[in-house]
Amino acid sequence: MSQLSRKREILVKGEEPLNPEYGVNPYYRPMQIHIKYGIINLDKTPGPTSHEITSWVKRILNVKKAGHAGTLEPLEWGGETRRFQVYFQ
Amino acid sequence: MGRGNPKVSGVLPIALENATKAMMAMVKAPKEYICVMRLHGKVNEEDIKAVCKEFVGQIYQRPPLKSSVKRVVRIRTIYYLDVLEISGKDVLMKIGCEAGTYIRKLCHDIGIVLGVGAHMQELRRTRSGVFKEDETLTTLHRLKDAYDTWIEEGDESELRKIILPVEKAVEETPKITIRDSAVDAICHGADLAAPGILTIESGIKRGDLVALMTKKGELVALGTAQRSSEEILDAENGIMVKTRRVIMERGTYPKMWK
Repeated sequence: MSQLSRKREILVKGEEPLNPEYGVNPYYRPMQIHIKYGIINLDKTPGPTSHEITSWVKRILNVKKAGHAGTLEPLEWGGETRRFQVYFQ
Repeated sequence: MGRGNPKVSGVLPIALENATKAMMAMVKAPKEYICVMRLHGKVNEEDIKAVCKEFVGQIYQRPPLKSSVKRVVRIRTIYYLDVLEISGKDVLMKIGCEAGTYIRKLCHDIGIVLGVGAHMQELRRTRSGVFKEDETLTTLHRLKDAYDTWIEEGDESELRKIILPVEKAVEETPKITIRDSAVDAICHGADLAAPGILTIESGIKRGDLVALMTKKGELVALGTAQRSSEEILDAENGIMVKTRRVIMERGTYPKMWK
């Protein structure tokens, strides 16, 4: 999809050294934290609704909050949620 | 004609906890679908292909009666609509489209133009923005197994393959890297001023959604650019980005502001 390709050029405005004291490469967060900042590329099976699947993910991972981006239901507008589908326990 | 509900499956990105705040970067992303459209009468292949071609570009869609959104006509862009296979009355198509395109309605409308009627028989989403059918695509079953393996055996390798960092969601969002000293202020909801900026991606226009990143590549927040890339590069002071959604938790970086 050409709409997804961007030409990137990085313009440098300022510089500072990398400080090892705080922050972490996103791929090296401890698992407990990694889950809090996590996204799952889930293969939705036919049958259950996107809402149901999202609440199952919440239960499996024991997290308080989960939401899907773009519902995948035949009777809904495919690919967009007007309000974010975020669930609280 | 007992059609039942069409089968719908495929890519459904699910964000967890803090990552849910980054979903605004995902919902407007383009989508790709593979779809089986069933025609209600015989049409020759050339006509099917010719009509399908006409639906590429801007189309008008009114949301169906059973819809959660306001029923006003919307304009949506179909980037491509490829007929992959025709087998009797079934037409297999690959569709690249703007977010919010209603594929069921698209099939219905193609059927009207063909003069025989049609409905969506099966739909599979093959792409939602940066998320696609690749090695990261997983199932609930695999997720459960991977989580249990981590909890019970302390082996996180599978879970780490399945759970992607929230930064993946902003892969295609233009980025601005900020100073460590600016991070915690942004986490508290402050807007981004010029002195806090280290790098800017080119091509940003006023009003664009941008991702504010740390030097280590962590997503801090999403915001709206108040200036273009070039203007930001030259600015010495002033608010460059209005913060809209904070993803990073407060206190992750030290407080260096008063």
